[in-house]
Amino acid sequence: MTHMKISMAQALNQALRDAMKADDTVLMFGEDVGALGGVFRITDGLTEEFGEDRCFDTPLAESGIVGMAVGLAMNGMRPVVEMQFDAFGYPAFEQIVSHVAKMRNRTRGKITLPMVIRMPYAGGIGGVEHHCDSSESYYAHTPGLTVVAPATVADAYTLLRRAIELPDPVVFMEPKKLYWAKEEIDLTEGQPGIGTAVVRREGADATLIAYGPTVPVALEAAEVVAAEGRQLSVVDLRSIVPFDDETVCAAVRRTGRAVVVAEASGFASVSSEIVARVTERCFHSLAAPIRRVTGFDIPYPPPKLEKYQLPGVDRILDAVDDLQWEDS
Amino acid sequence: MTTVEERLLPSAEPVRLIDQDGVQHDHPSYQLPHREALVGGYTELIKGRRFNDQASALVRQGRLAVYPSSHGQEACQVAATMVLRDGDWLFPTYRDCVSIVSRGVDPIETLTLLRGDWHSGYDPYARNVAPQSTPLATQLTHAVGVAHAARLKGEDTVVMALCGDGATSEGDFHEALNFAAVFHAPVVFFIQNNEYAISVPLARQTVAPSLAHKGIGYGVPGERADGNDLAGLLAVLGQAVKKAREGEGPQLVEAHTYRVQAHTNADDATRYREDDEVTPWLERDPIKRLETYLNEQGWLDDTVREHAEAMADQVGTQLRDGLMPEPEVDPWELFAHLYTEQTQQLREQAAFLRDELAREEV
Repeated sequence: MTHMKISMAQALNQALRDAMKADDTVLMFGEDVGALGGVFRITDGLTEEFGEDRCFDTPLAESGIVGMAVGLAMNGMRPVVEMQFDAFGYPAFEQIVSHVAKMRNRTRGKITLPMVIRMPYAGGIGGVEHHCDSSESYYAHTPGLTVVAPATVADAYTLLRRAIELPDPVVFMEPKKLYWAKEEIDLTEGQPGIGTAVVRREGADATLIAYGPTVPVALEAAEVVAAEGRQLSVVDLRSIVPFDDETVCAAVRRTGRAVVVAEASGFASVSSEIVARVTERCFHSLAAPIRRVTGFDIPYPPPKLEKYQLPGVDRILDAVDDLQWEDS
Repeated sequence: MTTVEERLLPSAEPVRLIDQDGVQHDHPSYQLPHREALVGGYTELIKGRRFNDQASALVRQGRLAVYPSSHGQEACQVAATMVLRDGDWLFPTYRDCVSIVSRGVDPIETLTLLRGDWHSGYDPYARNVAPQSTPLATQLTHAVGVAHAARLKGEDTVVMALCGDGATSEGDFHEALNFAAVFHAPVVFFIQNNEYAISVPLARQTVAPSLAHKGIGYGVPGERADGNDLAGLLAVLGQAVKKAREGEGPQLVEAHTYRVQAHTNADDATRYREDDEVTPWLERDPIKRLETYLNEQGWLDDTVREHAEAMADQVGTQLRDGLMPEPEVDPWELFAHLYTEQTQQLREQAAFLRDELAREEV
């Protein structure tokens, strides 16, 4: 593949295209993914290229979509399904929790489910009610699922290819607001695989831990802080499950201070889990309590109010300022 | 030219080829199965009844955690698998152990779930039997997926998807029928309407004329049969399977039967129904009527009867012997099967448990 400047949406589209080319059993289906190419155009042109049997629209029923994918995966296929919006995915919750996550365990590994549930997720696109939840904590809390959230164009390609190749089910969280962000990339599977976090920026003073849509925000905050004389590390988790304790803890130990940045409401969330496990492992390396910059514990706000909910650069800067620098 | 109603609505009365007195009735659309099928089916019923009653007895002895019996529903259980070929699939619920065993799955492995030493004990691919599903109707959409995959592969597999009357109120029942219809998937949805969902009677699930009537809303042909008449069930289910296999899309069959026992041993049916309601159903027992019919025909000689009894005894012995020893459980299994590649976190938690157990032994 050549070096080119493409968006995350295009990279995801190419990943699906290449996966479907490489393996006849890869199927893509969901709502409006056929002729329309998906409401975010992630499946653009796939029906045209691979035919109705490989990329197709279904009746409008998310539980049915995921349930059917379970059956297809049981019988030799590698289904990829799209939940049109994160907050439309809840009718499928029963299927995901009771079957997708448990099938391998309950059958002692006799049935594996190589399937991917693609989920356009999180906010920042001015979506009206029921279009912008950050539902990753529900899935991360469910043993048996692999939960992935790319933050870069290159990762979107690599991680989706790896997710489709994985013999186990993956909930693939695609940050909606990054769909149109373009990057110059080599469209190959050159990035690390699922389960590996990456340090996006090295810095000795504090570590920002982010995933999905908050990674670019964290990087921006680190730029601003650098101008003020402090160097921040930024860790991009890339996958929430499996969680890369090693990379995260190594970064925190190097810096002694950390801030977790996530869009989801903070209470009982992935961000609270990160604080808990890092504290358990790195307590003696910490010079200050780990801070969190998360969404408030409120339903996702209407478009005109979402700016108050989303973790922005200023809130991250304030949290960094609060890391008890005067005590060291 | 048939009308939509003629094509999709069930017959006015459930199809019944042998009534509760063992008397045969002709039916305009369905033939009585041949002698071998009925005699073979008789043996399966006797075995199924023994399985149910032995398993219930083993609950009382503490050998099973719980057993949702299909006592009285054995004709449905047995017919569902008798009409299938080797490559076909069965999607059972927790009440369908007899069906699973009659499909050829090891009885002890079948009872793993209810014994509690694991969730599903048999290899689903050995006899194409999906794990028993407890969340109602959720397995029905899986059945559609398996059937659709078979079609994509060019195989003429049929999927028999079982559920009860209560499950028809679940959203997944609706979604499964609709998906199957839209994708023309070769699934036979077989509802065993035993009148009760634990304590709640059918009247609280639906006011539809019958559960088989629900098919027309999805464009799926519905049919209804006397659920205690093995002959009628074999004819109706056999035809549904044939149609599905020949590319006519999904089929819906409702069997009218009755849960003569409580939901499980943990349930008390006297709290929600009168004995007067149960008694007539005992007269409609599936074994009794077939026995009467076969006797009248002179097809039930001592050889057949002794063979059936011997097979049933074998089932009883197998269950008693197989469930008598306390099952060996392996705590490491708790962590072993979640992922193809175990996560670091699960390795750590397994090590924690290992350490805890080692300290207990000291």
